[in-house]
Amino acid sequence: MLTSFGIINYLSAQSGPWWRVFYDFTSLTKNIDAGLHNAMSPFWTTVTEMVIVGILFLLFYAVIGLFLVYAERKVCAFIQNRLGPNRLGPFGIFQTVADLIKLLFKELIPIKNADHFLFNLAPYIVIIVNFMVLAAIPYALGLHAVDLNIGIFYVIAVSSMSVIGVLLAGWSSNSKYSLLGAMRSGAQIVSYELSVGLALATVVILAGSMQLSVIVEGQRTGWFIFKGHIPAVIAFVIYIIAGTAETNRGPFDLAEAESELTAGYHTEYSGIKFAFFYLAEFINMFIVASIAATIFLGGWMPLHFGADNGFNRIMDFIPPVIWFFAKTFFLIWVIMLFKWTFPRLRIDQLLTLEWKYLLPINIVNLLIMAFIVLMGWHF
Amino acid sequence: MEEKVKDIDTDEQQEYIINIGPQHPSTHGVMRLVVSLKGETVKNVEPHLGYIHRGIEKMCESLTYQQIIHLTDRMDYLAAHMNNEVVCLAVEKALEIEIPDRVKVIRTLMSELTRIQSHELFWASYGMDLGGQTCYFYGLRDREMVLDIFEETTGGRMIVSYNCPGGVMYDLHPNFQKRVKEFLKHFRKVLPEYDDILTNNVIFHERTVGIGPLSLNEAISYGITGPSGRASGFSCDVRKHEPYSAYDRVKFNEVLYAEGDAFHRYLARVEEMRESMNIIDQLIDNIPEGPYAVKMKPVIRLPEGEYYQRVETPRGELGVFIISDGNKTPYRVHFRTPNFANLSVLNHLVKGFKIADLISIFGSLDFVIPDIDR
Repeated sequence: MLTSFGIINYLSAQSGPWWRVFYDFTSLTKNIDAGLHNAMSPFWTTVTEMVIVGILFLLFYAVIGLFLVYAERKVCAFIQNRLGPNRLGPFGIFQTVADLIKLLFKELIPIKNADHFLFNLAPYIVIIVNFMVLAAIPYALGLHAVDLNIGIFYVIAVSSMSVIGVLLAGWSSNSKYSLLGAMRSGAQIVSYELSVGLALATVVILAGSMQLSVIVEGQRTGWFIFKGHIPAVIAFVIYIIAGTAETNRGPFDLAEAESELTAGYHTEYSGIKFAFFYLAEFINMFIVASIAATIFLGGWMPLHFGADNGFNRIMDFIPPVIWFFAKTFFLIWVIMLFKWTFPRLRIDQLLTLEWKYLLPINIVNLLIMAFIVLMGWHF
Repeated sequence: MEEKVKDIDTDEQQEYIINIGPQHPSTHGVMRLVVSLKGETVKNVEPHLGYIHRGIEKMCESLTYQQIIHLTDRMDYLAAHMNNEVVCLAVEKALEIEIPDRVKVIRTLMSELTRIQSHELFWASYGMDLGGQTCYFYGLRDREMVLDIFEETTGGRMIVSYNCPGGVMYDLHPNFQKRVKEFLKHFRKVLPEYDDILTNNVIFHERTVGIGPLSLNEAISYGITGPSGRASGFSCDVRKHEPYSAYDRVKFNEVLYAEGDAFHRYLARVEEMRESMNIIDQLIDNIPEGPYAVKMKPVIRLPEGEYYQRVETPRGELGVFIISDGNKTPYRVHFRTPNFANLSVLNHLVKGFKIADLISIFGSLDFVIPDIDR
């Protein structure tokens, strides 16, 4: 169970330049682990570590959620020639905090004839799925809660479970709008899951591993989007499209198409339960962007070209955490631009796009990548 | 739940009936559409009217002609100027008054500005219906400039009440010409932006091309006028066929298409904005000097008889039918409003399309709900 805290990182054994050691979280986590071991039995050490990690993730979840809501409002205001929130605090940064407090105190309206158990369960399923995926993402060198050897597989498998929460929400609300939204969402997420999986599999072929820390480490001599050139770029584009669709965002927000279905599957939710769905959407976006950053853009790995040269060393001065979040927020910004620029697709066009275009391209792309790796035509 | 399961035995009962409205973001007002669905496919749409019925026609029977004008604003509030104008033209026709040239030109200019701001709002809200929310802010930003021009001259922004029998209420504001020219210069620059963000967008094409096609014969038999009818090739522009005010002295094209789908209904409106700018260009520098209104008696009595006048509003042909018995109030007033006629075709258009197309078709017909209910 210790893997849940300390990273299995063969890197830490290697000695390197000072900044590598300085930016490495492994020594910090190892020290905490050793300190706890001295103080209590191994069982209680594990329990304490789990509680600490859980609390850290809760805080992280809330902060990222609030920040993304604020960022979205600012980005859309920027595109739409508006100012966005600007009253509460400098540049309105406390606006989302105020909104959250409002949502916390709002009444949870009970719905007549709803299936109350499932109705209450649905938001938690969505949230729990989010947490499970967040745990598997490497945020920086050594800052990685669970480093499974099937990391990518785990991420794909777990993130597809969020559709259960959405379907439950739509079904148990006893509302026609919700049911239509949930059915759309089900068809959409299940379809686009394929493209997400295949796009990631393309890179797995190149990386030769499913373990996220190994994938990041494999990008030490160059990010996979550069290493795998054409097929990697195609996979990246497909992943961004399919990932946006999987999070019900951007031009693919059919599940909550407000001009058709008012709010889709969460029409009947109020107060903090609505806030859960709302937050989950933003965290999903963060997850999609961070996975894309990890797989294609090197995760926390600085921009490297070649094995070891002056350029790489200068890039190494920027801490890995900053690299990771810079890449992730750049991708989030791109996804936000989609949403505020494009009109919405229709459900049959959405499925046509997936089954007739993205999926065949993806399969061919996978074969090309396999061939390139076989012939050694990558960098 | 068990009862519902028992009921499902015929195809008809399997229909999934969903209410769009009375409060719904894409009906643009209090309009209720009872939609029967099979899966996501629309089988039948039944519009329920009357949520905003105010009895304007009946109220007109107890008001003088000057007072009626201020009620007509409230029918099609996006074309308030045309709604005023149609009553004024009818009264002037009945009294056989010669209207000064200046009034004619002012009315034409105001009509075309109204048309532009109405189509801008259509463009904005149509983009939002299809999920492109940025369009809404672009459209409203530019519409604001027209509303400012209205405010300066008439005192009102949307409900202008600028016309009166015999002319207009006040003279043009000294800034009017300057402001209009500034607006045209700005709008010529941003109209290509509109095309970039919506007209040339692939997803927008997917959502509108071939959706809700209306043939020429159907358009004529349903009485679909305005840009919606012209998108089907129905040459129905009152400004061309029966020129009123100063339309006989300006050159402009009647925007006609043959396809008649949602995309061409949209395109017809965007092109009309360009034509309106051309009309304003021709008139803005040649506003004749003279009085802005003819002196009228304080109490207007129309001679006994029936009078009909029609004008072209941004949504189609607006007609007013006045029966007078010689009193100071009309005996009966009837408005032929374009939206009411255009609504009749909705069920015919959406049958067999998806529910998302219903929104697309409903938006492309550009309804103003108070105009339907009156």
